[in-house]
Amino acid sequence: MEREAGPVGARRALGRLVEAVLANRGKANAVFDILAVLQSEDREEIQEAVRACSRLFGALLARGELFVGQLPSEEMVMAGSRGATRKYRVWMRHRYHSCCNRLGELLARSSFQVKELALSTLMKFVQLEGEHPLEKPKWEGNYLFPHQLFKSVVGGLLSADEDHSLLLCQFREYLEHDDIRYHTMQAATDAVARATDGRPEVPLTFWNNAFTLLSSVSLPRQERAPSSFYVKHAELSDKWKVVHLREHRKAFQQMWLGFLKHQLPLRICKKVLVITHDSVLPHLAQPRLMIDFLARACDLGGAVSLLALNGLFILIHKHNLEYPDFYRKLYGLLDPSVFHVKYRARFFHLADLFLSSSHLPAYLVAAFTKRLARLALTAPPEALLTVLPFICNLLRRHPACRVLVHRPRGPELDADPYDPREEDPAQSRALESSLWELQALQRHYHPEVSKAASAVNQALSEAEVSIAPLLELTAFQIFERELEKKGPEPVPLEFIPARGLLGRRADLCAQHFTLS
Amino acid sequence: MGKARSAGARGRAPGAPAGARGGRARPSANPFEVKVNRQKFQVLGRKTRHDVGLPGVSRARALQKRTQTLLKEYKERDKSNVFRDKRFGEYNSNISPEEKMMKRFALEQQRQHEKKSIYNLNEDEELTHYGQSLADIEKHNDIVDSDSDAEDRGVLSAELTAAHFGGGGGLLHKKTSQQQGEEGEQPKSRRELIEELIAKSKQEKRERQSQREDTLELTEKLDQDWKEIQTLLAHKTPKSESRGGKEKPKPDAYDMMVRELGFEMKAQPSNRMKTEEELAQEEQERLEGLEAERLRRMLGKEEDEHIKRPKHTSADDLSDGFVLDKDDRRLLSYKDGKMNVEEEPSGEASSSESKEEEGKGSSAGDPEESDGPDSPSGLESDVESKDESERTQEERRPNPGERSTADDREAARAELPYTFAAPESYEELKSLLSGRSMEEQLLVVERIQKCNHPSLAVGNKAKLEKLFGFLLEYVGDLATSDPPDLGGIDKLVVQLYNLCQMFPEAASSAVKFVLRDAMHDMEGMVETTGRAAFPGLDVLIYLKIAGILFPTSDFWHPVVTPALLCLSQLLTKCPVQSLQDVVKGLFVCCVFLDYVSLSQRFIPELINFLVGILYMATPNKQSQGYTLVHPFRALGKNSELLLVSDEEATATWHRRSLPLQWAGGLKAQTETEANHTRLSCLAVCLALVQRCVTACGTLPSFHDIMRPLRTLLTEHLAARSCPPELQELSRSILTEMEKQPKYYRPLVCEKSKPVPLKLFTPRLVKVLEFGKKQGCTKEEQERKRLIHKHRREFKGAVREIRKDNQFLARMQLSEIMERDAERKRKVKQLFNSLATQEGEWKALKRKKFKK
Repeated sequence: MEREAGPVGARRALGRLVEAVLANRGKANAVFDILAVLQSEDREEIQEAVRACSRLFGALLARGELFVGQLPSEEMVMAGSRGATRKYRVWMRHRYHSCCNRLGELLARSSFQVKELALSTLMKFVQLEGEHPLEKPKWEGNYLFPHQLFKSVVGGLLSADEDHSLLLCQFREYLEHDDIRYHTMQAATDAVARATDGRPEVPLTFWNNAFTLLSSVSLPRQERAPSSFYVKHAELSDKWKVVHLREHRKAFQQMWLGFLKHQLPLRICKKVLVITHDSVLPHLAQPRLMIDFLARACDLGGAVSLLALNGLFILIHKHNLEYPDFYRKLYGLLDPSVFHVKYRARFFHLADLFLSSSHLPAYLVAAFTKRLARLALTAPPEALLTVLPFICNLLRRHPACRVLVHRPRGPELDADPYDPREEDPAQSRALESSLWELQALQRHYHPEVSKAASAVNQALSEAEVSIAPLLELTAFQIFERELEKKGPEPVPLEFIPARGLLGRRADLCAQHFTLS
Repeated sequence: MGKARSAGARGRAPGAPAGARGGRARPSANPFEVKVNRQKFQVLGRKTRHDVGLPGVSRARALQKRTQTLLKEYKERDKSNVFRDKRFGEYNSNISPEEKMMKRFALEQQRQHEKKSIYNLNEDEELTHYGQSLADIEKHNDIVDSDSDAEDRGVLSAELTAAHFGGGGGLLHKKTSQQQGEEGEQPKSRRELIEELIAKSKQEKRERQSQREDTLELTEKLDQDWKEIQTLLAHKTPKSESRGGKEKPKPDAYDMMVRELGFEMKAQPSNRMKTEEELAQEEQERLEGLEAERLRRMLGKEEDEHIKRPKHTSADDLSDGFVLDKDDRRLLSYKDGKMNVEEEPSGEASSSESKEEEGKGSSAGDPEESDGPDSPSGLESDVESKDESERTQEERRPNPGERSTADDREAARAELPYTFAAPESYEELKSLLSGRSMEEQLLVVERIQKCNHPSLAVGNKAKLEKLFGFLLEYVGDLATSDPPDLGGIDKLVVQLYNLCQMFPEAASSAVKFVLRDAMHDMEGMVETTGRAAFPGLDVLIYLKIAGILFPTSDFWHPVVTPALLCLSQLLTKCPVQSLQDVVKGLFVCCVFLDYVSLSQRFIPELINFLVGILYMATPNKQSQGYTLVHPFRALGKNSELLLVSDEEATATWHRRSLPLQWAGGLKAQTETEANHTRLSCLAVCLALVQRCVTACGTLPSFHDIMRPLRTLLTEHLAARSCPPELQELSRSILTEMEKQPKYYRPLVCEKSKPVPLKLFTPRLVKVLEFGKKQGCTKEEQERKRLIHKHRREFKGAVREIRKDNQFLARMQLSEIMERDAERKRKVKQLFNSLATQEGEWKALKRKKFKK
């Protein structure tokens, strides 16, 4: 076979070969040439070859020229004395398999264009194979799906070596279809199980890919009557599992639980927790099974446990879960870093939610209030602007806690009765204390913080202050806001005349720094 | 019309009978004519105007009036000729009939006399007496001479009036009473009396005439004499002519001297020179005033006062939003026996005073206002005036004709031009300053300021305002240059301060601009990488300068508050990764503490940062009792950045200040030097901790705030790795911490005032002419009033017109009826006569027939 240079030449040559194979069974050996190009290193050539394969096997599948049923080994068939047609079909099916394997390899590692092309080709094969199954239906109306092929596709997507987030984005559009989604969940469960089976260390890329795939699976909220299927079927049978949302949920749950039972890296864990409450928990068949994961995450400490609380709260709130140490955990989470982490807004939103019940015992709320006030002593102004109204809201909600700011005729103490190291809010003796911290914060350098802290000086108003707009406040926003504010006219000026950069009397900088 | 009047009359005296009215005595109203409008309810204080009416009377009056006016007009409707009575004073009731007759007579005479008849040939001939027309004398015998008349007018008129207008009786009576004693019982008749009077008056007149002639003659003679003398005087001074006879004595030397002294510039009365003590005291007072102002701003009272000052409300305020207009009653007081009307209530006066003070305080440096020695900007204005004089000198100096007394220094600077245009862009300023020594640069900046002083030209203010921004930028450039030119910045700060005093608005916006720039950069970095590096030295310098230019102790300040936030961001967002960062961070801490040195405010970030720095310098950490927050990490490559384990370095270290240049860029150092730097940083850190301890000592939860620092310091001491000096310092800090009182008083809310009960006093509403539509502005009310009035007048007019028409119609009808009746009567008469005629004729016929 003469080969022309350049991709255009290659395309023509491959086109001719495909035409020849399709036209005449005698030219079937040309398939080897096409498959050979598939092994090439050149990106363009591979792309051409993939397209050619797609056309060739697509046409063959549609015509039904591939062997249907349990595939015998090639040698046996060749040696056997069956009809030439059967031999041809078996042989062609073997070529089809090798083509699919090669495409699966390409999916795992090559440039993005090739991957994309390979993926779309494989999905096309999946569709065609679904329509013209390569197995014999065991009974009438048997649901057939190319499981093997699809598993290899998903396996290729969940590569352990390369980050496939872009490719997974492409794949997401196939997930719109019910059958693909169902089988993806099954395949992903398998793939995760296989990847972690017996291996102590699983690379981070795999987890990333798996998480991306898993998180892009989203179930519909209710059962819809006309399901959209990727593989076209003449009619849908009620007996098929794919049709029922319940089965989907089961698969979904299996997939997530299978995924979450592993020792996930911290980052993945955080990512999972961020989406748990709104895209995982509602779709699970038995959400309570998540408790293992959530409890484990909750014990990790820091931001992770903070995120886990949200899921736990949903379980407690909606699914009747008993979790006795919930508030203790929450209390334990309050440490100075709360004000500096990225999830500050979310944390306070949740804390507001958790503490919104008016049936909480006073000692608990008092302990939280005191703890927050204590932490506020190390907080930056933007956090203070959130936490001070938060504390005031707590006091408003629980009138029993008002003794923290108003204890007439109380004895004068020589130490704060509150014990900050006590982990149990019940033992912290917060109710015997007062919020001296707020008194200290009334002397804060930022005028608004000072004003917010001064709110406890007067009797608190009845209506709560909504902290929602304050949650997302950043330091830069506060800074901008201060700049925008119109001040008194004229601007007050310093009246001590300047004598230089460090020239002022009793200048602290001048004591510790020199200009030269 | 009539109705309204009657109502008025009734309103005046409901009780008193109508006889009170002078002209028309009305009998008490006929009870059958009185119409009473019964009132259903008595409303207190309501004036009822229409409760009682006399419809019959008023109707009759209206009818009468119409008959007098409208009917007359109607009757004369077709008449084009009008009869006009031109008799003098016929309708004037003020003139008595006799006088009227006199006047008429006089007028008639005049008319007759003036009438020039062509047939009267002797008309032109005039008879004279003493050169005066006899006719004139005859005519105006009463008003001969005005001035001679004037002197005895009172007597004459009194007598004359009595004689002329008294009707004779009075005069007669008087005379008789007078003359009774003199002439006994010989009463004169009236004729005689009058004759006597006439004779007397004639005689008097004659006398007066002769007298006047005499004076005239005398005057003439005097004139004559004068003319003779005049020729003698003529050759002297022509001016003396005009001055008349009075000759002025020639001014002698003394007079001239006095005059000159009078016109000489007098020394203005001024305050006496003040002694040093007084000046010092004044300065102190000024500073005290400014300090008080500062304290007020620091406590943030201003806003509260604006917002919260409770308005005085009466106890029985209904709090229904109704407010009486401004209470403009004034206190009545007397001063020197006169009523003294106070101009303003005292409260306002004091507030305006304080405002004035504020103005004074802030307008420091405004050269137009501040020239009194006691104005707050005395120093500044001195500088200004000096500048002023210097400028005039400078302007004079280039003048080649003038000999300059330039000394050596001036000569050395001779190459610098004396005037500079204000730079329009930063590049321009840079080109002006580049390549010059610092001294020269300062001089250039100074001269730019002087040449473009705002009092010199209109646009200079804007130029100098821009100059501030450029200088600030220049300072930033100097700070980022390598090595940073801190000396130059040090000098330029004074210039910046002066400019800032002149243009506070522009300066504040410029400083805000650079701060925003710096923060924006940092925010961008935080967003992309999640953390930010410490900014360059320029930002730190800007923050320091902001603290120098503006009062840092204010509760809220448009520049300082953002600057504080900026400092806070630097301490919380920027991780410390090198020794340079440590120096920068410590400088930021120093600036921060400087900012709050007066107001003694609490800075959580600063404590966190110091904890972090101390943590870096502490070996063998157990990490108990404190938590590091964001920019610091408990573990990591920088967690032991400040740890010094070298014994030798510890021994050779001496405490010294940190050069600020290190914040700009730390030169490569040897290990010992680096260790020394570390120890210096630690020393500064400890000093700052000490400062914090003293500053926060009064805070209620001092021990909770300081707990991490105390724990770390204890650990630090336990390690015994640092020089003894530092150990001593740490120990003293620890003891100071312990010394702080440890008592906790339970919090108690301020008692809120009880809300007063609502009391019900009547709501006072001004009853307006047009009803009770309240609550709009004065103009609106006035407009409504006018509209209302117009409508009422319009209605009244329409009603009147309608009544007029009815009246006219009635009149016409009666006219027609009258005419018809007349016609009927005439016809009947005719019939009658005809019937008589017929009857007669028939009778005649019958007679004939009989015959």
